[in-house]
Amino acid sequence: MAQVSLRKIVKAYEGGVQAVKGIDLEISDHEFVVLVGPSGCGKSTTLRMIAGLEEITDGEIAIGGTVVNDIPPRDRDIAMVFQNYALYPHMSVYENMAFGLTLRKFPKAEIDKRVKEAARILDIMPLLERKPKALSGGQRQRVAMGRAIVRDPKVFLFDEPLSNLDAKLRVQMRTEIKKVHQTVNTTTVYVTHDQVEAMTLADRVVVMNHGVIEQVGPPQVLYHSPATKFVAGFIGSPAMNFIPARLEQASGALRLHLTQGISLDIPAARTERYRQHAGKDVLFGIRPEHLTDDKPTDKTNPAPLTLTPEVIEPMGMETLAHFKLDGAEISARLDPATPAAVGAPLRLIAHMDQMHLIDPTTDKVL
Amino acid sequence: MADGASLAIPSTAAPASGSLKRFARRRSTIALIMTLPLIAVIGGLVVWPAGYAIHLATLNRRMTSFIGLGNFEILLESETFRMVIFQSVFFAITAVILKAAIGFWLAHMLHHIPANGQRKWRGMLLVPWVIPPALSTLGWWWMFEPTYSSINWLLNVFAIPSVPWLGEPWWARISVIIVNVWYGAPFFMIMYLAALKSVPEQLYEAAAIDGATSWQRLRYVTLPMMRNIISITVLFSLIVTFANYDIVRVLTNGGPRDLTHVFASYAFQVGILAGNIPRGAAVSLFMFPILAVIAFFVLRGVNRRNREEA
Repeated sequence: MAQVSLRKIVKAYEGGVQAVKGIDLEISDHEFVVLVGPSGCGKSTTLRMIAGLEEITDGEIAIGGTVVNDIPPRDRDIAMVFQNYALYPHMSVYENMAFGLTLRKFPKAEIDKRVKEAARILDIMPLLERKPKALSGGQRQRVAMGRAIVRDPKVFLFDEPLSNLDAKLRVQMRTEIKKVHQTVNTTTVYVTHDQVEAMTLADRVVVMNHGVIEQVGPPQVLYHSPATKFVAGFIGSPAMNFIPARLEQASGALRLHLTQGISLDIPAARTERYRQHAGKDVLFGIRPEHLTDDKPTDKTNPAPLTLTPEVIEPMGMETLAHFKLDGAEISARLDPATPAAVGAPLRLIAHMDQMHLIDPTTDKVL
Repeated sequence: MADGASLAIPSTAAPASGSLKRFARRRSTIALIMTLPLIAVIGGLVVWPAGYAIHLATLNRRMTSFIGLGNFEILLESETFRMVIFQSVFFAITAVILKAAIGFWLAHMLHHIPANGQRKWRGMLLVPWVIPPALSTLGWWWMFEPTYSSINWLLNVFAIPSVPWLGEPWWARISVIIVNVWYGAPFFMIMYLAALKSVPEQLYEAAAIDGATSWQRLRYVTLPMMRNIISITVLFSLIVTFANYDIVRVLTNGGPRDLTHVFASYAFQVGILAGNIPRGAAVSLFMFPILAVIAFFVLRGVNRRNREEA
């Protein structure tokens, strides 16, 4: 039983600055939840409040059904992996991993068994006698995870654990973390600013911004049905395009007039959903992967438009083209075989079944 | 092969000026030339006096003949000198332990005061260290002095009888240690405060989550992380405290009955006041080999930890 409950959690600092503004979140047993958001959104503060490293200004945190507001970190039965690993430099890898168990007066044989088992899972057996200084970044990260695993705690907390690694190692360690979670199956709260990490690791992603939760949901739901403009823009890379537009009724159907006089038909399946907003200014949101070159093969509610690329970025497996449409920067994902050139008009199609409309006054997705 | 041949020809043509130019252009030569003034100062003010002191310690009283370790043998047979050894060792070890402990405690307290107040307290606590010790010891002497002792007056207020601070050997020893600790603890405080600030906060957080109490965090994180700075400050202070002269000279002048002399004050008494310069030199050199061995092991440990951990 290790669900984590956050009820109306507030963190305010001296001078009245609120880092976390009364958030509610229920994390189930064995679940892997990722808190994601830009710097200063309150995600790390929330994690540190769960750990007991920050005092809670208001609200209640419960771990495994017990309210832990006034319980010190050592008695919360949690383990944490820090961004810079926080390994004790004067202890060997073995001692680092055994430290928590030694303090809790576990028998030597049990400590040895657990450390070796964790070392085996993380493939760091040959490093046990080394000091942290003699390890690479990835190895240190494994030791930090080992230190958490041996404790067999109720909850694992990860505070941006991959930020200090290079891109290649980050991808590798991401897979390792997922594997470890599948093996030990402990409730995990993971903080990152990297939406790719969030999407790939999480059972559920919690998107935070300015101290509030914007949306909670499985990665696919956040990607396909974002609740707000912030979530729509934050999840996905390159980010979703937002183009100012006007929604207009045209003999039973709806049309979207982009400011440059380009008009796109709203698919019939969405007509009822958007009808009440007809005649209003909206933001048209479409991901670069849903704004592609005009190929005859994939035509699900395609809407053609012609734009002139300002920058072309060949990536190998695809080509990114960047355009300007009435001040809005937009990008499209093209087939690498498409002969696109800067300054030469290019015919694109918008996959309108993947479109989003956003109310520019409330920033809510309609 | 071609290079070797081409190099060989100019060396036969102008051997002297060529190799001299190369020698002058070498980085190590330039470094040597630039550090020469410092080497000269150290040679003149440290190496030569030390070498001369060793030479002096091997001469007879009139400095006319070489007597080897004769001065040291005579000293070791003297009960007064054996007392000086005991007193010096007792003084240095007790004072250094107290200075380190009090300095650490003060540093720990200061470390937990917010930055603004911390500066104020740090400044005030450093005052004993910046006053010339001869002057501050004179102030202490007035406070210990039997007729007008302000400390005794204070004790009397609380109905505690007067203490013969400088009149009775053990009290005199304690007085000397008190003044040395008062003077030296701020140095430890400032060094330990800097060391405490360099311990990453996340190590304490990791330890707190690992289950450490505040005492265990001190025992397993703070102290090991500060081992190098503790070793170096203790070594440095041990050397300086063994060589301490001014506090004993001003406060007790070695009395009562030569029972509070340390090496430096006794060396001065024997060498300068009694005119036996070779024996005075032998007294002042007595601790040198022991401290050198201690320094060797301490610094070796510091280097090893630096390699493995820093």
